Formats: sequence, structure tokens, C-alpha cells
Amino acid sequence: MYKIVHKEILSEVILLFEVQAPQIAAKARPGQFFILRLDEKGERIPLTIADTNRDTGTITTIFQVVGRTTREMSKLNVGDGILDMVGPLGEASEIENFGRVVCVGGGVGVAPVYPVAKALKEAGNEVIAIIGARNKELLFWEDKLAAASNQLIICTDDGSYGQKGFVTQAVEQVAAAGKIDCLWAIGPMPMMRAMAATTKPLGIKTIVSLNPIMLDGTGMCGACRVSVGGETKFACVDGPEFDAHQVDFDLAMRRLSYYKEEEKRAEAVANCQCGGDGQCHG
Amino acid sequence: MPRLIMEKYAMPLQPAAERVQNFTEVALGYDQETAVAEAKRCLECKKPKCIEGCPVEVPIPQFISLMKTGDFQGAIRQIKAKNSLPAVCGRVCPQESQCEQLCILGKKGEPVAIGRLERFVADYQLAGSGDDVQNQLAKKVITKSKKVAVVGAGPAGLTAAGDLAKMGYQVTVLEALHVAGGVLMYGIPEFRLPKAIVQQEIEAIKKLGVAIKTNYVVGQLATVDELLAAGYAAVFIGTGAGLPYFMNVPGENLNGVYSANEFLTRANLMKAYRFPEYLTPVKAGQRVAVIGAGNVAMDAARVALRLGAGESSIVYRRSEKEMPARHEEIEHALEEGVKLALLTSPVEFHGDQKGNLTAMTCIRYELCEPDQSGRCRPVALKGSEYKMPVDNVIMALGQGPNPLVGRTTPDLELNRWGNIVANEANGITSKAAVFAGGDIVSGAATVILAMGAGKKAAQAIDQYLKQKI
Ligand SMILES: Cc1cc2nc3c(=O)[nH]c(=O)nc-3n(C[C@H](O)[C@H](O)[C@H](O)COP(=O)(O)OP(=O)(O)OC[C@H]3O[C@@H](n4cnc5c(N)ncnc54)[C@H](O)[C@@H]3O)c2cc1C
Ligand SMILES: Cc1cc2nc3c(=O)[nH]c(=O)nc-3n(C[C@H](O)[C@H](O)[C@H](O)COP(=O)(O)OP(=O)(O)OC[C@H]3O[C@@H](n4cnc5c(N)ncnc54)[C@H](O)[C@@H]3O)c2cc1C
Ligand code: SF4
Ligand code: SF4
Ligand code: FES
Repeated sequence: MYKIVHKEILSEVILLFEVQAPQIAAKARPGQFFILRLDEKGERIPLTIADTNRDTGTITTIFQVVGRTTREMSKLNVGDGILDMVGPLGEASEIENFGRVVCVGGGVGVAPVYPVAKALKEAGNEVIAIIGARNKELLFWEDKLAAASNQLIICTDDGSYGQKGFVTQAVEQVAAAGKIDCLWAIGPMPMMRAMAATTKPLGIKTIVSLNPIMLDGTGMCGACRVSVGGETKFACVDGPEFDAHQVDFDLAMRRLSYYKEEEKRAEAVANCQCGGDGQCHG
Repeated sequence: MPRLIMEKYAMPLQPAAERVQNFTEVALGYDQETAVAEAKRCLECKKPKCIEGCPVEVPIPQFISLMKTGDFQGAIRQIKAKNSLPAVCGRVCPQESQCEQLCILGKKGEPVAIGRLERFVADYQLAGSGDDVQNQLAKKVITKSKKVAVVGAGPAGLTAAGDLAKMGYQVTVLEALHVAGGVLMYGIPEFRLPKAIVQQEIEAIKKLGVAIKTNYVVGQLATVDELLAAGYAAVFIGTGAGLPYFMNVPGENLNGVYSANEFLTRANLMKAYRFPEYLTPVKAGQRVAVIGAGNVAMDAARVALRLGAGESSIVYRRSEKEMPARHEEIEHALEEGVKLALLTSPVEFHGDQKGNLTAMTCIRYELCEPDQSGRCRPVALKGSEYKMPVDNVIMALGQGPNPLVGRTTPDLELNRWGNIVANEANGITSKAAVFAGGDIVSGAATVILAMGAGKKAAQAIDQYLKQKI
């Protein structure tokens, strides 16, 4: 059992957990993730390691409630345990001193971009962080991103906070002001696709972190396959970070939707009267 | 001299029509009376050939002899001295090409059903009737201060761990998944190998004092070098052949194209056949095609039927004669309604706007004169392409070595496919204190060969550690 030692509700749909996992905490590097299974009947789902504390032996993860597992997880409290956690998984981000770098986090993607920004700043880069959300209520970790960057730009779609507009527009402004040597963009698939389309004509090296459906996370099943530069890659061992300009986003987005019906059914039975075997929902 | 009975006693099976509706075991096992009768067929040869066919040298005539008198506890003690997973091996060993192939009785009639007898006594013991044997056999005997790490809890790793524990070493098994067992848990389906039985046999290995840490990916949480630096005097690597191969044809990443590993892992390890009680989904649509014709392909095709597929077909480039699966598995699959599309292979997959698979284009083959390996070479027939509607495709084309340990252990020699290079007789690798065996060395093989490799490596590790002061 991996014990939850701290819980924060960041917005209506976004939560933060700090979990006791000393071995993972000791090894995790920016860009890596873990896979959890809440209980015996649970699904294995991947989440990014958003922060670690080696002194307390804990890791921090931030997740958005989108379906059955994340909803069940949101009901757990400090003192409760998670049955299985395996990690760190995936390749770490390639951190070096590039010069002037931009780290873009969209929605819940603000969490995974934070450790990358922090490491880039420690490596001597000038870091410009751009975080975006639909509205003010959905924003979090403004203070942490401010500390991990030299400049922080906040965007909301509705203009309720920071500047009104998309993160792609902010990137165009930053690019107009000076050369960007490298850019990380982490967030929902449509946002990463839009970012790739924005930076490609500008010739900015761009890295995205892909989030395909995963199962084992060790390269054994191929569920997480994505197409990069026309080649099939397994995101759990070859990624999750890839060159944005080589990624087939349309394919990646279609692959995420394969289990829509089953996901709905899993959510429906969670609220039903028949004891969860699905009979009352067919 | 009693009359020789030329045929094996038949294995009672769940009727095909019934069993395709469920995931419970197909082969029901002998009852006590049949087991004793089958045991009595054994000639107890002076120079028994059967043992030579068993990679772990189970004392076959000896255990069968005890069975004849109803001494099942004695029999299991004999087996367990050599084989720590008899309930598994009795079920899944390809006996027809191992112990039973060499059985002397097999020259005149059918060989003794060694596997079925092994299964019977193993089940007898697991059912509780042999509990005291279990406890006598499985006693903690840690007498040595040296620690050994075993990477991977498949049959190779578990066997090495059990044997090393019996020698008195402190053994820790590190397993990437959330349960131990390797392919026995995630690959081979419940209806051929009940998972509760695998776990019971693993419990017996734990009773020897073996510690098993699950959720531990070597290469990530610790590299092999870090394990050695942390005080493990030797490391055994048994990480298996877990990397699925695809065909590299267009449309292969459409939704609905699975690797056999993914399909079987969802169904077996994650129990997707009980969705939504268990939360992992899996799909087997109206028409399922499995590419390949080995044991893995048969398992996938049979799982698809049980998940409700209307039609489940094996699509294979060669003819029935060349199908590499065990004869019994093919027979069971055909009885259940699995169809064969032979001399056929897909060249492209097609999908709808949502990216879901809808059809595949296949090409027909014909067999030409045998190649160097003696197998007939399939040749594609130009212009024979045709389209076949299909909802799910399962690729069962074989598996390569799991890459994580190789990538993170720079001085460990790998061959050009990425398998670890190790001496077959003792598991010694190019790196001091590091041993390897099972599918990670041999490529995808069998449970018992992996166990044999684990056993030999355990002996070599013992020798190595004794020499080291
Ligand atoms: C490497 C990696 C890192 C991730 N890090 C985070 C993170 O830090 N925070 C976070 O909130 N989420 C993260 N995700 C996504 C997270 O895994 C999914 O949101 C989760 O699996 C949904 O499970 P569920 O049962 O609650 O929802 P489900 O009912 O299974 O899914 C609901 C919907 O969410 C989408 N979805 C399903 N699986 C995934 C997936 N693997 N990735 C993205 N969307 C998915 C689909 O569109 C689906 O229809 C990450 C995914 C990967 C692969
Ligand atoms: C579907 C299927 C059906 C089969 N049917 C039969 C049959 O009927 N009869 C038969 O004899 N054989 C059968 N086989 C083959 C047999 O299962 C294998 O040959 C055997 O399991 C190999 O054992 P192993 O210990 O080498 O590897 P595996 O069983 O593959 O175990 C390796 C273990 O190592 C773990 N691992 C991998 N990488 C790491 C890492 N970096 N860190 C920690 N752990 C790691 C894996 O998670 C896994 O648990 C079948 C195989 C499949 C896939
Ligand atoms: S372990 Fe396998 S090969 Fe050996 S005797 Fe038993 S069934 Fe035969
Ligand atoms: S070879 Fe066959 S008959 Fe002879 S001892 Fe072995 S099992 Fe019995
Ligand atoms: S999740 Fe199975 S190979 Fe990546």
C-alpha cells in the first residue's frame, strides 16, 4: 500500500495527491511517470510525477477527474492507500543548457511541465513559463511555476485571469521578442497539436509529452504505440516525450477514444443499484 | 506380467459448446482411480528414457511407482525435489515433444500420460490433502549471509529463486508487474492454467524464504550495477521475451489491432472478461482474426470466442501441417469453432473515420520447395489480394526480448536481436556476477526450458559464490 499523506483540491476537477513512495521519489527524474492500480479490480492508469521530495520520501501527482478511476481516486483521503504504484517509468527529459527555453503547460499539463521547467532553470537556461486554462478557476501552481522560471505568462481562454487567448498566441509573442532555443508543451492533445503547428514554421525545436492509453508501462504490450516520424514507437519506453513536429497527432487522438463506450459503462455501473455487475445498464 | 494397455486414459474435458461460454478450465483432470490406473501403465523401465526428455529431470518412474500404491504424498515429494511448479508443468508442458516423446511405452502404443499424472499429484497436494508435505518441503532454510537478486518472476526467475533459497541464500525477486508469475499470469489463459493455481505454487516458493517485490522495474528503480553495489553478490536475469512484434504494414495502428500480449494481458492479468466488475476493458468484435499459428495465437483465438466474438479465425501464411502450435491446442481450438484461413496473410488494414478497424486486405500464398530449415517456403501469389471484413486483429507473430535491462547494463553482451548472451549450461553472461536464463536468452520457448535454465543458473551461482571469498 502506498499511503496518501496530503490531498489538495485545486479546482472542481483537478486534485493533488502527495503519496508515500520513497523508492520512486529517490529515482524519479523530470518527464517520468508512474502507473497505479487503486485496488484489486482496478485499472492500471499512468500519471506524471509532478514533484518529488526525497526527504519525506513522497511524490506529488496532479490529476484531472475524467472517468471511473480518476473519480474513485478523487474520493480517497489522507491516510488511505493506493494498492500498487510502479515507477518511475519512461525516459527522462533531456535537460541541458539550451539558452532561452519556453515551457508551456495547458490545463492539467501545468503539473508535468513544472519539474521540466525547474530542471531547465537549474541547468542555467532562461526559462519562460506559459500556463493556460479555460478560466481562472482551473489554474493552479502559479506560484511554483513563477519560482521555476524567469518569466511567467498566464493565459485564460475567457480572459478571466492573465491575458485572454490561447497559449499558442503567447508563444508567438515570445518568439517575436527573441529566439527560442527549445520549447516544451504539455497538455491536452489538441493543445499540443496546435503548438506543433505554431512552432514548426518558426523552426523552434518542440517537445511534447504524449499520453496514450497504457497497460504495463514496460514495453510488453504495445497499447501505447504512437507514430513518430512515420515509425511506430512505444510511448512508455521510447517516450513519453517526442519531437512534436514528427508526431502523428490525429492517430494519437483517435487511439485515445477507442474505449469510449466501455468508459461510459464503467462510470455508469459505479452509480448503479445492481452491485456493479452491469445488469441494470445492459 | 500384467497386460499392457496401449492407450492413455482419456482426459475428461468440458464439452466444447459449454466451455466457449466460460473461462473455467477446459481439461478437468483425472480422478484418483483413473490416475492410479494410468500410473499402472508405466513399466518402471530399468533404463527409463522419459527422464532424459525432461529439462528439470523429474524422477518420473519413481513418482509414478509411488502413485501406483496411492502414495501421492510420496509422489509429490519426489517431483518437488526437482520441479517447484508441477501443477503448472503438468498442464502446459509440451509433453509430446519432451518426457512423453521418449517414453519407452510410446514405441508400441501411447506413452504414459506423465504430464497428467504430475498434474494430478500436484493438484492433490494443493487441494490440501498434502499440507504436511507442503510444510516439510517448504521450510525456511536461510543459512548463508549472501544475498542474490533475481530479476523477473517468470518460471526462470522463480525456479532460480526457489533453488537458491533451498541452498540457503537470501533471495529477493524483483518483478515489474503487480503480480509474480510472468507469462503464467499475463499470457496463458485461465482456461488452460488457472491463476489461483499459479499463485498457490508461488506461495510455496515464498515459504522457502524467497522475498518477492512486485512493482519493481529493474533498469528504472535500480540498474543491475546498482543492485550489485547495493550488496547483492549475484544477479540472475529472467526478464522473458515480452516485446511484441508487429508486421510493419499500413493501418497497423488502427484501433482494434492488438498485439497478442496486450489482448491476453487485458483478458488474463486484468480480468477484462469480468468487465465492468474489473475495470480494464477489452474488445472482441463480431469478426476477429488472429495473425500467426503458434500457441499464443491459439490462446488469443480461443479467448476471443469466450469474450463473445461471432467468428474467430487463425490467419496463417503456411499450411496446417506447418502450424507451430501444439497439436492438442489446435484440436481444442477447432472443436471450439476457431476457423483456419491458411496460406493467407494481411498486407494492409483499413479503418473508418474514427480510426477503428473495419477490414483487411489479404494476399494468398502457395508453398514452394522446402528451404534450408526444411520448411516449405511460402510465396505470395501476385494479384491474389482480397478484402476481408474484420473488427479486431490480434498479432501473434512472436515476441522479442524485453529491452529495459539490456539498455541500462552497458557491459552486458546482447546478440543482434537483443537477447542476453549466456552460456546454456550455466547461465554465465559477459558480466561478472550476472547470470541469465529463460526466454531472455533463448527467445520465446517453453515454461519448462525456462525453469531448466533457472535451475542450472542457480547451481552456477552457488558455485560462483562459494569460490568468492
Ligand atoms: C505518460 C502519461 C502521463 C499522464 N499524466 C497525467 C497527469 O499527470 N495527470 C492527469 O490528470 N492525467 C494524466 N494522464 C492521463 C491519465 O492517465 C488518464 O486521464 C486516466 O487514465 C483516465 O482514467 P479514468 O479511468 O479516470 O478515465 P477513463 O474513463 O478511462 O477515460 C476517460 C477519457 O479520458 C481519456 N483518457 C483515457 N485514458 C487516457 C490516457 N491514458 N491519457 C489521456 N487521456 C486518457 C479518454 O479520452 C477517455 O475517453 C497521463 C497519461 C499518460 C500516458
Ligand atoms: C500466450 C502464451 C502461451 C504460452 N503457452 C505455453 C505453453 O502452453 N507451454 C509452454 O511450455 N510454454 C508456453 N508459453 C511460453 C512460456 O510461457 C515462456 O517460454 C516462459 O514463460 C518463459 O519464462 P521466463 O521466466 O523466461 O519469462 P516470462 O514468463 O516472460 O517472465 C519474465 C518476467 O520478467 C518480468 N520483467 C521483464 N522485464 C523486467 C524488468 N526490467 N524488471 C523486473 N521485471 C521484469 C516480466 O514482467 C515477467 O513477469 C506461452 C507463452 C505465451 C505468451
Ligand atoms: S516437468 Fe514437464 S517435461 Fe518434466 S516430467 Fe513434468 S511434464 Fe514432463
Ligand atoms: S519410459 Fe515410460 S514406461 Fe518407462 S519408466 Fe518412463 S514413463 Fe514409465
Ligand atoms: S504500455 Fe504496454 S508497451 Fe507501453
